[in-house]
Amino acid sequence: MIWNDDFETLPREALEALQLKRLQATVQRVYATVPFYKEKFDEKGVKPSDVKSLKDLQLLPFTVKNDLRDNYPFGLFSVPMEQVVRVHASSGTTGKPIVVGYTKRDIGTWSELMARTLSCAGIHKGDVVHNAYGYGLFTGGLGVHYGAEKIGASVIPISGGNTKRQITIMKDFGPTAMTCTPSYSLFLAEVARDMGIDPVNDFKIRVGCFGAEPWSAEMRDQIEKNFGVDAIDIYGLTEVIGPGVSSACLEAKQGLHIFEDHFIPEIIDPETGEALPYGEKGELVFTTITKEAFPVVRYRTRDITCLNPEPCVCGRTSVRMERITGRSDDMLIIRGVNVFPSQIESVLMGIEGIEPHYQLLVDRQGTLDTLEVQVEVNEKIFSDEVKNLERLEKRVEKEIKETIGTTAKCKLVEPKTIQRSEGKAQRVIDKRNI
Amino acid sequence: MKVEQISVFLENKSGRMSEVARVLGEAGVNIRALCVAETSDFGILRIIVNDHEKAVKVLKERDFTVSKTEVVAVEVPDEPGGLAQILGHLDNEDINVEYMYAFFERSCDNAIILFRFDEIDKAVRILSSQGITILDGSKVYTM
Repeated sequence: MIWNDDFETLPREALEALQLKRLQATVQRVYATVPFYKEKFDEKGVKPSDVKSLKDLQLLPFTVKNDLRDNYPFGLFSVPMEQVVRVHASSGTTGKPIVVGYTKRDIGTWSELMARTLSCAGIHKGDVVHNAYGYGLFTGGLGVHYGAEKIGASVIPISGGNTKRQITIMKDFGPTAMTCTPSYSLFLAEVARDMGIDPVNDFKIRVGCFGAEPWSAEMRDQIEKNFGVDAIDIYGLTEVIGPGVSSACLEAKQGLHIFEDHFIPEIIDPETGEALPYGEKGELVFTTITKEAFPVVRYRTRDITCLNPEPCVCGRTSVRMERITGRSDDMLIIRGVNVFPSQIESVLMGIEGIEPHYQLLVDRQGTLDTLEVQVEVNEKIFSDEVKNLERLEKRVEKEIKETIGTTAKCKLVEPKTIQRSEGKAQRVIDKRNI
Repeated sequence: MKVEQISVFLENKSGRMSEVARVLGEAGVNIRALCVAETSDFGILRIIVNDHEKAVKVLKERDFTVSKTEVVAVEVPDEPGGLAQILGHLDNEDINVEYMYAFFERSCDNAIILFRFDEIDKAVRILSSQGITILDGSKVYTM
């Protein structure tokens, strides 16, 4: 089921001509309206008029997450605030989140892309969509919402949390499609079974769109078995637009179609920045070519994947990206929240007496991710009284929760039990099999 | 009037306490009294030994986290009501007991209870004024 036949099945030459035109307009716009980009371009000695072919994209400088943080909150906006009808922000960053903005047309573009995404999953008017992505500053909830409304489906804007109530609503309202993070879906299935409900037979759900965190093919099989649904992989990131950057199709379920008429993808070598050909694995980079309020040029996602240009049975002509297998930095995604070990480190180092000997243990108990922060006890923090040590544990847990937005357990361990290393400390032990 | 108690941090995994016992034994240190306060993740082992300086030294050499705390050793008549009487005196003056544990000594007719007080000096004064026998550290280590 293709939402926008005209654009989603454009022959490659027409698509590339369109991309070039839109790229040139975007580059001109950012150079003229966003001081950050003008500076970056000038530093590299590049002018917007230098972009004469799609290959010339490689002349342009990269943009990274820190550039967005450094320009918090609205420094990279390309339009005056009166034209911004919505702001969103990304999860789990220290102090300064990534803030993005949307003009009225951007919201229209986003709704279009989400309509395409849901249609990739075979969702249509008449479907009832159970949207358990978080509503608020997070792009997931409202992103799916506007897309579902655009296709004329009936949306249940349930957002995240309150799992027992969600199950009851699933039973009573009878949604035919669901949208949430992959791990949350497994948690829903578990809670449903605890409530005596069989997710396969007692629900009418036939398909789910899952994203916001990496998940393996094995996990997809698990979700499909647990719910009796087709599990479709959707991908996006706040910095680019939110969900709606790419989506797997129900027909093939092999890779995710990137909406190339709106985003130009590149794969680069994360060390050298060199552009890599189709089929080679590397870091995914995006350039937005239709966004008005918050365009980005060659944004490094840190996600590792490769691009596949083979025609797809569904008829869409856009290139497909393989499911994300890892990151080129040390960022973790825990229960859908972005967490950098350095954030935890700064919390620990801010507590008097704690030494820089700590370890993060990430695991999955059942269906939800768990994070345990192990801290070595030393004479400075040791107390003869249990209550003082417990107070310390609770303080660490509270400060971590305030910083990263999700809960971690603090475990005090004996000195010298955390491995010392010669070079870069192995801070994170991730036992999850993603 | 005060007794030096050694506290050792122990992770909740097997072999830790026996390691402490072994280390002290090898160093010729004798444990006079002990108790363990536990939580689900860790425990605090509290011990009274005959040579606390040596004990701290050898435990630290083995990378244990140790600290020293002053506790009070009180003689308690070994009969029903013995403890109630002592605690009654403390209650009357609003003295808070953080924790306590007891042990016996062959050469003594009474039980000995080790108390950890927030206000150690006040507690010692009050108990002494009531005629309660408080044992000096040196006596406890070598009894």
